Amino acid sequence: MISIVNYGCGNITAIANIYKRLDVPVSIASRPEDLRDAEKIILPGVGAFDHVVTCLDKCGMRDPLNELVLTRKKPILGICVGMQILARRSDEGVLEGLGWIDGQVKKIDISNFTRQPALPHMGWNDVAPVKRDSLFAHLEVDPRFYFLHSYYFDCANADDVLAVTDYGSSFPSAVHCNNIFGVQFHPEKSHQCGIQLLKNFSEL
Amino acid sequence: MLRSRIIPGLLVSNKGLVKTVRFSSPKYVGDPINAVKIFNEKEVDELIVLDIDATVRGHEPDYSMIRNLAAECRMPLCYGGGVKTLAQARDIIGMGVEKIALSSSAIESPNLISDIAQVLGTQSVVVVMDVRRERNGYQIYTHNGTRPARMNPIDFAVEVQALGAGEVVINSIDNDGVMKGYDLELARSVRQAMTLPLTILGGAGSLKDIGSLISTFGIVGAAAGSLFVFKGIYRAVLINYPNRAEKEALNIQALQVSFAP
Repeated sequence: MISIVNYGCGNITAIANIYKRLDVPVSIASRPEDLRDAEKIILPGVGAFDHVVTCLDKCGMRDPLNELVLTRKKPILGICVGMQILARRSDEGVLEGLGWIDGQVKKIDISNFTRQPALPHMGWNDVAPVKRDSLFAHLEVDPRFYFLHSYYFDCANADDVLAVTDYGSSFPSAVHCNNIFGVQFHPEKSHQCGIQLLKNFSEL
Repeated sequence: MLRSRIIPGLLVSNKGLVKTVRFSSPKYVGDPINAVKIFNEKEVDELIVLDIDATVRGHEPDYSMIRNLAAECRMPLCYGGGVKTLAQARDIIGMGVEKIALSSSAIESPNLISDIAQVLGTQSVVVVMDVRRERNGYQIYTHNGTRPARMNPIDFAVEVQALGAGEVVINSIDNDGVMKGYDLELARSVRQAMTLPLTILGGAGSLKDIGSLISTFGIVGAAAGSLFVFKGIYRAVLINYPNRAEKEALNIQALQVSFAP
């Protein structure tokens, strides 16, 4: 069973609908006890870093997620700010993230931008995997996904970078460390590429 | 490479989709959910849905419709109409909408922009300006073009950027439904005033019009209503959208442009 964490910060229904069409069973976890049967976890996230972290803590999800992910090694996929809170810190806020992948969330550097618009990075952009990983299997050539963000995950270990995207300069658009995955883009809003990526996660 | 966004802009009135001409004579063009299903198949870049009844009738946003739309959309959705408070915006984002469009409420209380941006993130706040060309320059209108805001879009664009908006949509009342091309002069004056993502709505009658917008401004949001819901000179309702090759051809033009004001 894939559990989608519902803490008021992200597109739960769009993700659930895609899995419904794929015939993959999902459950919506709105309380910590809903995570009991989770074999895989999706952590969406829309909003400012501190707002998202606050919502997660208010729901009491931090401890059960720590246990599931760090102790029981269940695969987890963080989406957008759900990826960013895998880091410990963000320049966007002061609160502490989950700290599961070493790195810091920083604002996209636009100092050498000559083109407008600058931020947020909004729209469809290319995602280039830098490692072979089944999360990015069976995608069309030159896969592109929908982005909507101003901050990015700056990985401390280059090995944790799974894919990169170019916007002004190259930044990690997907991260991976052991059972923990994160994508900066929105697979639930990225048509066929996004559906394939979510399918891949379900088959890991 | 980031690409320009080609965006169907859909208007909702009495639970149906309508298309207006210069903000009047709404013509029924179909069911919103059905349209979203077709646009899913056509893999559109993004959707803007504006409820044109909510503000003028003083209604709350139609949450059940929004919830259904968000669940159906496999592309990002921007919803506007009747959003006046942070609590409403938070509820709508919680339903799976990516962006909230503010229009009259942003003009009446500009601080709403920063309030929403602080909680939901700057990327979720879109300011839509309905603009009419007048003798003394461009002016913003609200309430479906009936109420002058006594403000020009250039000054307001600068203000909303400072307040933390994440995108500006300029909707030309004069060009709405006319299908004779965008108001490029209006687009240029706003583009030069701020650095936020900019989307232009009103006037596109062909992919060529979208091409000239992209070749003038580089990365831009090109939104259209009539173009994507009507076909032919008799304006028969037929939902359509450029295919991937057509979009790539339009986007290649953006590579030649480095628009710096």
